[in-house]
Amino acid sequence: MTTGYFFSHRHILDIEHLSADDIDYILTTAESFKEISARPIKKVPTLRGNTIINLFFEPSTRTRLSFEIAAKRMSADTFNISASTSSATKGETLIDTARNISAMNPDIIILRHSFSGAPHMLSQYVNAAVINAGDGTHEHPSQGLLDMLTVREHKKRLNNLKIAIIGDILHSRVAHSDILGFLRMGSEVFVYGPGTLIPPGLKELGVTVCSTMKEAVQDADVVMTLRIQKERQNDPLLPSFREYASKYGVTAQVASWARPDALIMHPGPINRGIELMPDVADGTQSVILDQVTNGVAVRMALLYLVTGNS
Amino acid sequence: MMPVPLLIKNGRIIDPANNVDGVRDLLIVDGCITDSATAIPSDVEKIDASGCWVVPGLIDMHVHLREPGEEYKEDILSGTRASAAGGFTAVACMPNTKPVNDSRAVTALILSQATKADARVYPIAAISKNSQGSALTEFGELKATGVVAVSDDGLPVRDSQLMRRALEYAADHGLLVISHSEEPSLSKGVMNEGIISTRLGLKGIPTAAESIMVYREIALAECLGKRVHIAHVSTAMSTELIRSAKARGVRVTAETAPHYFTLTEEAVMGYNTNAKMNPPLRTEQDRQAIRQGLADGTFDAIATDHAPHSILEKEVEFDRAMNGIIGLETSLPLSLALVREGVLDENKLIKLLSMNPARILGVEGGTLSAGARADITVINPDLQFTYTEEQVVSKSRNSPFLGEKLQGRAVYTIMGGRITHRLAA
Ligand SMILES: [Zn+2]
Repeated sequence: MTTGYFFSHRHILDIEHLSADDIDYILTTAESFKEISARPIKKVPTLRGNTIINLFFEPSTRTRLSFEIAAKRMSADTFNISASTSSATKGETLIDTARNISAMNPDIIILRHSFSGAPHMLSQYVNAAVINAGDGTHEHPSQGLLDMLTVREHKKRLNNLKIAIIGDILHSRVAHSDILGFLRMGSEVFVYGPGTLIPPGLKELGVTVCSTMKEAVQDADVVMTLRIQKERQNDPLLPSFREYASKYGVTAQVASWARPDALIMHPGPINRGIELMPDVADGTQSVILDQVTNGVAVRMALLYLVTGNS
Repeated sequence: MMPVPLLIKNGRIIDPANNVDGVRDLLIVDGCITDSATAIPSDVEKIDASGCWVVPGLIDMHVHLREPGEEYKEDILSGTRASAAGGFTAVACMPNTKPVNDSRAVTALILSQATKADARVYPIAAISKNSQGSALTEFGELKATGVVAVSDDGLPVRDSQLMRRALEYAADHGLLVISHSEEPSLSKGVMNEGIISTRLGLKGIPTAAESIMVYREIALAECLGKRVHIAHVSTAMSTELIRSAKARGVRVTAETAPHYFTLTEEAVMGYNTNAKMNPPLRTEQDRQAIRQGLADGTFDAIATDHAPHSILEKEVEFDRAMNGIIGLETSLPLSLALVREGVLDENKLIKLLSMNPARILGVEGGTLSAGARADITVINPDLQFTYTEEQVVSKSRNSPFLGEKLQGRAVYTIMGGRITHRLAA
């Protein structure tokens, strides 16, 4: 870490605006918090008196639970608000909601929203620190960070790695955060998926867009599989899940092309048998449950850092 | 009541219709431009136009005035005040009001409001009833009531057969058909498709969504021998299609808007809803192609697509924000930059902003000929100003140019000899 570094972000809106030093610092902070979750009494007073609001406009049991556990382990008071995105059609806009919540003086608002950029907008209207818990098809920075923490633990570094990301890159905010994060840390990112699910501009970002699974996975250090979102299938993006599984699913054979010590990752929840075969998901290279464990540590670190504790 | 006579002194008269470019005085009596032999009346009001250009009143052939139905965004009076402030003496207003201007009653309402307005208002009627794309409106009666063109602007005409019928039937009535060129199945996004849409996680609209429809209109116009006008061109590929069609003699005219030759999709960064519009802002390569199209005459007109929206429609998530920006008060300074940057000369600029729109629409204006109605804009091309929210005349404030330093603006706008805008010294 550079000398004189200090963490200057008031909000965590995306990975794009985090420097390599920022990421390094967040992950190191997260590592120092991991031990708390292993204690018999999993609670420290660090954020006592802080009010944290989980504002979820889109259902996500996992992410919300992970943030809530992180907050409670640091003794913050947490409140969950589940709102339907359609509430805006009843008259209340996101900004109205923001102003109302802001009037109750929370310290941190964790926002999950189905529209890209909603956390950016929210951050302009509230005094609280805003943490993006996933916005539209934009980013999911805490997930990107927990993925990086998991890789760093196992590989002892984040540079000079070959990261293969397989599947629906277009709609995956996780993939967007991972791509930006791993590139920023000095690794190479290879993607493979159906042409309908590969967004434009990836090459300009520095990503290698592969035309075969083998090209993407060969000698990879990490094979990241993405969830196929069945609810997105109103647009003719895929002819069938059956075909997807056979052409783009990560099987034991596919995994064997990667380095023998490659990590198999997935942001969950898995469509078993579609994007990831059960034997690979549960195999010895799988670190999917480590990702979940690290999620709590990363979120503790983010809550800690945005409250000005750096 | 006739306005007092006006003498505009020492201005640089730029009148492409008469091949005039030179410093001289211009006398207006009884609301008309006089010839040089006319004696100066004793009660004349003098305007010092030293250092300024005196040009035929600017005409914006594509605006949304929101009346009837959405007067909280704009109405005919506020919209024409904004027109006058921007140097426009006439505007053509698109029919996507509430209700849609698809009938004599709505056209008549617009025209009756326009009698008190600060700019001439030329209504454009819908091509199809309620702009729903299934049945033609009554072009004959609408023309007789005062519309100058037909368009389903805001929506593409999906049905190619209906578009064909519109081109044929409009020709019978001397009406221009204006196409909002967008292939709807490809345009379900909120910004240009490309690296920035990927980075922002916003759904993109590929440039092909526009060019496919531009080509359809060209193909129809070419095969039927009818004329068509393409609105708000935003891409390099559409520009090239129009250029080559014109070279073949197809009766196609086209407009682009100041934002397409000034901004790129980068303006959306940070989820700026004031940069959300349809068609979306494109890439630098498209921007350069649009400028080239202006320089070589591929484009016949600069139109603003002035689209006022209240803060209610813009201060929301990007996906939810309405499309469009206001443009009447920034069009002239943004267009003048083309002259400073050597893209156009003064003569070509005035053609794009005045003479050509008048000719395309078939309306009076666009000339300073003796005897013509005195619709005149006096422009100070050097005047620098910062475009701030406080000085916006339109009811709405949705402009990506707020806070920008701009150069050149109308110091006097004169409609029929009446001063509709005078910039406070
Ligand atoms: Zn349009």
